[in-house]
Amino acid sequence: MTETASSSSTTAHPAGSSSALPIRQERGERQAFCGLSGIVWLHRKMQDSFFLVVGSRTCAHMMQSAAGVMIFAEPRFGTALLQDRDLAGLADANDELDRVVRELLARRPDIGTLFLVATCPSEVIKLDLDTAAARLQQSHNGRVRILAYSGSGLDTSFTQGEDTCLQALVPHLPELPAMERSLLVVGSLADVVEDQFKRLFDKLGIGPLHFLPPRRAADLPPVGPGTFLIAAQPFVGETIDALRERGAHLIAAPFPLGIQGTRAWLHAVAAAWGVAPELVDEVIAAPAARAETALARYREQLSGKRVSFLPDSQLEIPLGRFLARECGMQLGELGVPYLDRRLMEPELALLPANTRLTEGQDLEPQLERLRAERPDITVCGLGLANPLEAEGLTTKWAIELVFTPIQGFDQAADLAELFARPLNRRQRLGF
Amino acid sequence: MELTVWTYEGPPHIGAMRIAASMDAVHLVLHAPLGDSYADLLFTMIARSPARPPVSYTSFQARDLGGDTAQLVKTRLAETVARFKPQALLVGEACTAELLQDQPGALATGMGFDIPVIPLELPAFTRKESWGASETFHQLVRSLLSGRPVPEGAGDPASRAKAEGRRPRANLLGPTALGFRCRDDVAEVTKLLDTLGVDVHLVAPAGATPADLVRIPEADFNLCLYPEIAHSTCIWLERMFKQPWVRTVPIGVGATRDFLLEVARLAGADPEPALAQARTRLPWFSRSVDSTYLTGKRVFIFGDATHVMAAVRIAREELGFDVVGLGSYSREFARELRALAEEIGVEALITDDYLAVEAQVAELHPELVLGTQMERHIAKRLGIPCAVISSPVHVQDFPARYAPQMGFEGANVIFDTWVHPLMMGLEEHLITMFREDIEFDDGQVPKRRPQAAEVSATGGAEAGVPEHERAEARAPAAGESEVRWETDAEKELRKIPFFVRGKARRNTENFARERGIKVIYVDTLYEAKAHFGR
Repeated sequence: MTETASSSSTTAHPAGSSSALPIRQERGERQAFCGLSGIVWLHRKMQDSFFLVVGSRTCAHMMQSAAGVMIFAEPRFGTALLQDRDLAGLADANDELDRVVRELLARRPDIGTLFLVATCPSEVIKLDLDTAAARLQQSHNGRVRILAYSGSGLDTSFTQGEDTCLQALVPHLPELPAMERSLLVVGSLADVVEDQFKRLFDKLGIGPLHFLPPRRAADLPPVGPGTFLIAAQPFVGETIDALRERGAHLIAAPFPLGIQGTRAWLHAVAAAWGVAPELVDEVIAAPAARAETALARYREQLSGKRVSFLPDSQLEIPLGRFLARECGMQLGELGVPYLDRRLMEPELALLPANTRLTEGQDLEPQLERLRAERPDITVCGLGLANPLEAEGLTTKWAIELVFTPIQGFDQAADLAELFARPLNRRQRLGF
Repeated sequence: MELTVWTYEGPPHIGAMRIAASMDAVHLVLHAPLGDSYADLLFTMIARSPARPPVSYTSFQARDLGGDTAQLVKTRLAETVARFKPQALLVGEACTAELLQDQPGALATGMGFDIPVIPLELPAFTRKESWGASETFHQLVRSLLSGRPVPEGAGDPASRAKAEGRRPRANLLGPTALGFRCRDDVAEVTKLLDTLGVDVHLVAPAGATPADLVRIPEADFNLCLYPEIAHSTCIWLERMFKQPWVRTVPIGVGATRDFLLEVARLAGADPEPALAQARTRLPWFSRSVDSTYLTGKRVFIFGDATHVMAAVRIAREELGFDVVGLGSYSREFARELRALAEEIGVEALITDDYLAVEAQVAELHPELVLGTQMERHIAKRLGIPCAVISSPVHVQDFPARYAPQMGFEGANVIFDTWVHPLMMGLEEHLITMFREDIEFDDGQVPKRRPQAAEVSATGGAEAGVPEHERAEARAPAAGESEVRWETDAEKELRKIPFFVRGKARRNTENFARERGIKVIYVDTLYEAKAHFGR
């Protein structure tokens, strides 16, 4: 082996970092979904929208596999399959796209916002979906809003597709009137979690409160210099940047995972809003106490156990922080698809000092390190979970952590339970 | 461009992965962007495979495109051979890589590996999964066997075996990872052959190594168990090595008998003892009076060509059903399917458009759908009983128990699998018949149950209505507004079993519309019934 073009590992201490964690950077074979998979939850979240993937049979097959062929109703997404004749000439591909969009809108009159989603093949043939969206918007004026973003695996990894989608919405957000202020929570949350946070913010007198993405794509939240931003998910860095360009202010905070994370998140918002910390402590006293009680049981089961993360959803760092600080677990290798310092600094500061962070992936060497270490539980993607179980390692599907409501006080114990269950199961089984 | 919601087949490189994942000591290097590794979960999550498929990806990203993606391919090739030490290396590319034109196959051939390297052409924008699997298997067999001598006595299996003083032997070709019940079919066919005194020489691609494939010509003949995968390989082997091959796929009682006769003829064996000891309950169960209600059940069949053609024969000859529609996504076998459809007086639906299949099922409103996972979803939504007979499959189609489709035991499994959903239908029918009985009446609060607070006058009725009926009630096309159902007629309609109710509703409304009848009374319903017959 002389070639190391794709696989390289370096250990760096980034200058100016708030933490001195050594970071291993790797490039090589990856095992992660591409950004198209974000559609699987975004189409449920924004129920008046439709996602038209402009791609290949692989994209359609991937969406189907990621959704597990388990969605009974016709989903609010589909694929415009590129075929040989579309590749021959680009003008032709644009005509074809216009026809498919016409057919789709005729079939589904309920569509309020149509997202054209770019893919690896559409980007390689340089099919410009932004221009196509603008053109289609013109010809279907008034009837639907048509936007484009990229979920391509060339640019995005798994949850990053949500970031590019939300970023596409930013230029269309109405202007928040001058002298007004509002709080904007960025990153999709389960409706039940949104409602819990809304009740807490109401009690703190913080509002008006908006969420991005909204439950209906048509109800776009306003943004302006009076907007305070707080990230609810760790994968919305580009969206946050776009919102800041429109004058909004980012509130730096850890993510609302676990009791400590949720508390710090709420305190950070309150501080930015000028709400007294004493009031925050009073308002969250009951839910935090409730969460403590519920979490205690799982802390007992998890304490002292070793957990490793393979890179998948970007949730790895806040989850590692929660498991280490609130559940007493020991962190093995903590793999992340990419390290976004814009949002991650407050989290990095809370990680144990000896945490081994890996950014990117070179699959086989990473699996070898995992096998040598044999943690009590490994968080990984769907393609790897069963093979690792077959090797005697206990696993947790990373994807479940994206689909399950895990944020906020009342979900802290549910989050811990997701890690306790595989361990519990392994203990029960007699062979 | 073509709009699709679900797809029956993946792209051709998924077919190549299925061959690699079926075999031992083979590795596939795929030039593909990051997201393509999703395909691993087909094997590890759907088929619950305990090992990752032997596939390595180049996982290129946008930043690699400006640079040298070809170098990335060479690195991955070198790493893969060094790490996994396969006996043979398959090299292919996914759709995006095809557009880059890096030609990974040519790169691999030039790297001087001391193992066979098989470059695959997998045109992602024109071909699909089954084609990719068939082509990969064919290319693998071809490159491993090219230039090898034709064994002495080839072409005359019976005399060759006798001359060599051994039992005749056959290769089982076609079973693959993610195929429909392949593992159990292989076991069943092996038993079946043994009753004829025929040995299995080797099974491929499932479980074979490249070294095994080299021994293919040593067998006297081939069994083409899954034509979607093995047809072109069987034809090539016949041409190059004079190996005859068996055409009949032994799914169903009749086909299994034909299969035994065809194999016996090739092997020079007497089929009678094997036929005499055939153990299957299907013929008797079909004759038993309990099965009378199966007579003329209207069935729609869709799936891969092999399973559809087998299912048509079983449905008609062995269960006494009426096949009201059939189709397949296997375009490669469209001619055979069309001929079969014409023979039984229907038109074959050759498509991979899930929406077209759904439209036809809704139109025909059959009493049973035999299909793939997609048809299971369609049937569920339309409230029609369904059994899965073909790929594409889901995790539940990889049962822990022994459940072959082929051979006599396969016929038993098929009888159960197809008839049970109809029996559930019968049960629903009985419940509907006794709807007015206090035991079954949803509107009544049952005396024996504890005070059911949640069973309110209206909400309770809604909660008690089976899911498919609510679905039907929600369905928009419940009759154009110009024809109105009078209350008693509507009540009467609800007494009709749910699986024919949709059809009865449509027939009655058409009957009314044709005669300019504005309101449908109970009599109109029965007049329409008499008019259309059954």
